Amino acid sequence: MELIFEKTKEGRKAYTLPEPAKCEPGVPDKYLRRNLTNLPEVSELQIVRHYTNLSKRNIGVDGNFYPLGSCTMKYNPKVNEDIAALPGFAKLHPLQKEEDVQGALKVMYELEDMLKEVSGMDAVTLQPAAGAHGEFTGLLIARAYHNSKGRTPTKVVVPDTSHGTNPSSAHIAGYHVVTVKSKDGNMDIEDLKAHLNEDTAVFMITNPNTLGLFEKNIEEIAKLVHDAGALMYMDGANFNAIMGVTRPGDFGVDIMHFNLHKTFATPHGGGGPGSGPVGVKGHLAEFLPVPVVRKKGETYSLDSNLPKSIGKVKAFYGNFSIMLRAYCYLRMIGCEGIRKVSEMAVLNANYMKELLKKHYNLPYDKICKHEFVLSINTFKESGVRALDIAKRLLDYGYHPPTIYFPLIVDEAFMLEPTETEDKETLDLFVETLIRIKQEIQDSPDTVKNAPLNTPVKRLDEVTAARNPVLKYEKKR
Amino acid sequence: MFPAELKYTKSHEYVKIEGNTGVFGISQYAVDQVKDIVYIELPKAGTELRAGSPFGSLESVKAVFELMAPLSGKVTAVNEAINASPEAVTKNPYVDGWMVKVELSNPAEADKLMNSADYQKHVETEGHH
Repeated sequence: MELIFEKTKEGRKAYTLPEPAKCEPGVPDKYLRRNLTNLPEVSELQIVRHYTNLSKRNIGVDGNFYPLGSCTMKYNPKVNEDIAALPGFAKLHPLQKEEDVQGALKVMYELEDMLKEVSGMDAVTLQPAAGAHGEFTGLLIARAYHNSKGRTPTKVVVPDTSHGTNPSSAHIAGYHVVTVKSKDGNMDIEDLKAHLNEDTAVFMITNPNTLGLFEKNIEEIAKLVHDAGALMYMDGANFNAIMGVTRPGDFGVDIMHFNLHKTFATPHGGGGPGSGPVGVKGHLAEFLPVPVVRKKGETYSLDSNLPKSIGKVKAFYGNFSIMLRAYCYLRMIGCEGIRKVSEMAVLNANYMKELLKKHYNLPYDKICKHEFVLSINTFKESGVRALDIAKRLLDYGYHPPTIYFPLIVDEAFMLEPTETEDKETLDLFVETLIRIKQEIQDSPDTVKNAPLNTPVKRLDEVTAARNPVLKYEKKR
Repeated sequence: MFPAELKYTKSHEYVKIEGNTGVFGISQYAVDQVKDIVYIELPKAGTELRAGSPFGSLESVKAVFELMAPLSGKVTAVNEAINASPEAVTKNPYVDGWMVKVELSNPAEADKLMNSADYQKHVETEGHH
């Protein structure tokens, strides 16, 4: 398919611009551009067809099952888009006076309240723009807390199943990272004990972990962490599995982030922007980023007077229109709905797991939470790997699952159906994976050369990573 | 089969010991697991390495892996060529694909490493990287 740039015909256009206003002294000569912009010159119909056709080649939640483990690619209700597009919200300016934006402040205040209720945390900031940004914010809060006690621990401990962002965030925050081993799919408590000491600032856990397994010893883990003088951080990426059933604030978590774009049905995956609010327990509230939203009587205000705050972590207040979508979602499903979300997410994952384990290797065969991990290591003879099956699924119109993560599973293949899929969809997907297994036996090359039906075939990922071409250059 | 003249770590690095010098790299098994190498980060000459601690990292299209020093010592030479063409590591990790040369500070540490037969067993039981 041609790039829009390649469709250029000189002089063709799809716009009319007004004459530039004449004002003195105008733009100084040295700032005027000398070269043409090299933008595409196309008609309006060409633009419409180009982007409509591109969108049809996309595999996304609105068109396809999207079992991308750890990413919670649930359906995003369209009513949230309608609300976010209301002019009263969409046309807000971040510098408007507080008295003119009471509705927006109310949305933020009440969203914070709902997140506190569902997580058991005592205070929430909505500023961070994504999960990893939330992790970084949480680590800065932890450091401010330790410093306020006159301590300067240097170490962050993470399990070997953690999302890669956990050690990355810790490293960026200036901490030394230490890894704890897993045992039978859960945290090895003895190894954790060996790594916790007075130099530990934070222990970062994901619960349920990235194998989709709940850390049943979480209270014992929390006690060990706190006895060492450290704080416990929870990566909230897998929060979709436990809402309304248990609360991180009740099992010993001091700081956590939420992924609104995963758990709370806001757009995700290139469709962002994301939002990664951070919740903390009461003893950490004074370190939250400013401004915080306050309520006095029926009036809302923004308070920047937090002397111990870590400061701002995002321009203005975070991605407001995303908060608004999450607010609508929570208001719509309510307290009972939120529990149902997690129950159905867990049921769907276990249903698929039980059907698939008869055909594929399931290294940790236990009741899972919202996701589970297969190991595509039983086809050594034909040489078929996790990547090949992921590519073959594209031919059948599915978005591939997460592969090669978590790192402790050989040829990992991580499936998360989410609660928004019906039984028929899950059955059809399972049948497709069984059919692919048959293909591996009958004609392994079909799978190894997949995808066969997509607009582009296997991409040269090594060259793309080593020599990325990031902008269009006109052919001469 | 893994070359008999080398010693191996559990994390799939090898060391070739020549007098007081150790040549570090990764085993053929590690290469097969990692597949497509995008970038290799190596230490500068003069860096002090500690056995069992990371001396660099290897980025593939799958993930980033830490490279663990099999033995302690000071880096005396770095194979810069492998970053221009990581295929050197993929095609022959033991010759063109060496990573660093190290002046060993405690050659006796090598007693704790595996010989090729033990490493072969380790690879068969481990089943993953």
